[in-house]
Amino acid sequence: MSNRAALYARIIELIEPFNPKKIALTEATSFSDDIEMDSLTVMDLVANMEDEWDIVIPLNLLPELETIGQLTDAIAKLVKD
Amino acid sequence: MTKSDLFDKFNPIIAERQALLDTGVADPFAIVMDAVRSPTEAVINGRETILLGTYNYMGMTFDKDVIAAGVEALTKFGAGTTGSRVLNGTYGAHRDCEEALKDFYGTRHAMVFSTGYQANLGMVSTLAGRGDYVILDADSHASIYDGCAMGNADIVRFRHNSVEDLDKRLGRLPPEAGKLVVLEGVYSMLGDIAPLAELVAVAKKHGAMVLVDEAHAMGFFGKRGRGVTEAVGVEADVDFIVGTFSKSVGTVGGFCVSNHPKFEILRLVCRPYTFTASLPPAVMACAATSIRKLMSDGPAKAERLWKTTRTLHAGLIAKGFKLATDTPQSAIISVLMPDQEMTVRMWQALLEMGVYVNMSRPPATPMGVFLLRCSLCAEHTDAQTATVLQRFVAAAQAVGLPLNQG
Repeated sequence: MSNRAALYARIIELIEPFNPKKIALTEATSFSDDIEMDSLTVMDLVANMEDEWDIVIPLNLLPELETIGQLTDAIAKLVKD
Repeated sequence: MTKSDLFDKFNPIIAERQALLDTGVADPFAIVMDAVRSPTEAVINGRETILLGTYNYMGMTFDKDVIAAGVEALTKFGAGTTGSRVLNGTYGAHRDCEEALKDFYGTRHAMVFSTGYQANLGMVSTLAGRGDYVILDADSHASIYDGCAMGNADIVRFRHNSVEDLDKRLGRLPPEAGKLVVLEGVYSMLGDIAPLAELVAVAKKHGAMVLVDEAHAMGFFGKRGRGVTEAVGVEADVDFIVGTFSKSVGTVGGFCVSNHPKFEILRLVCRPYTFTASLPPAVMACAATSIRKLMSDGPAKAERLWKTTRTLHAGLIAKGFKLATDTPQSAIISVLMPDQEMTVRMWQALLEMGVYVNMSRPPATPMGVFLLRCSLCAEHTDAQTATVLQRFVAAAQAVGLPLNQG
């Protein structure tokens, strides 16, 4: 499994507790439109991911991270740096 | 070409509101005060009502000296300044008000904004620029979040009141980067206070500057009423205190006080200060008079406020209500409610019995909780507190809100 694939798998695990309707999660799944997360929940989820990889994901980046795929790409870059 | 309606994005909240109103309840966000009798009483829908949701902590709105100062300034200087503080909008009254703030807080500098919201908006967006970091508590007030959104800094959020989480998140930032840690003395939704001594120590360890919003603590925390910052003895380590005139001071406006030697330059670079009209001279005269009166009368008022708060907090617990804090940490008592419909029905039952409290709902509240929020006033009498308690019990019975069995 590539690094990104492993990262993606772990991100899905971290999102599941915030997915009460258990919708199918894919790279294209939108946090707001599909999972219907409010902005506070997104911030709580991101805090968990910061702790998981010991990285900083500034809140001002969040508007550009609309889908699970976009978030995975951003975290992959932060982890590599 | 199809015509788009920019309001379509609000459809979910329009539908939610309509569904709530269709159940027959009054709109909790459309209350009109027909007459105001005193800091603790008003007429709402023709009914005499005890006010328990006004943040009028020190009861200064009807203080006779405050009103006299306002009337005199209104007569002598007119209804408004029609100008920015940096052009034609600074009168003697604005300078007097800033002098009163410097005396109250013992600082070298004070700057008055047109609202408390603008004070946070301006300070947070201006202090932290591109390449800097703002580190804020997750439960921060909307004005702090909006200050972050307006500025160019990177924004990092730590778990509410968690010293360990703040330490960890500051530790991940580049050591050389500029950092502003933003805290509040009292958090207004649950009425809980911050562990400021510990949070400020961690911020200083990482070389950050610290701003504390003391909007809900002015007048009754600390020996001189300067806030939780004073009460826990960390004034020397706090770089900026932000506050408001719309709570304990009893009028409207916001401010920041500081000892920073370059503070005065903010008047030229802080856009929410520069590009708006200054407060009317009557408001400034009211605020200055109120602040000076709080320096002499504050301790006696604070004692009454704390006593009333303790009585109501203990009373509500004894009657079986679930409260957001186990002890009365501030002059805000938040009653935890099970869901939106029960919250509105209970709120309406209280209003019909003549008690006004605030209804609060997510996203203004943390953790998705629904609240009936009470804020106490130094002018509430023992009789009013007893009446409020009786009416809370009667309202709970009327709407079928389950209470804890003692």
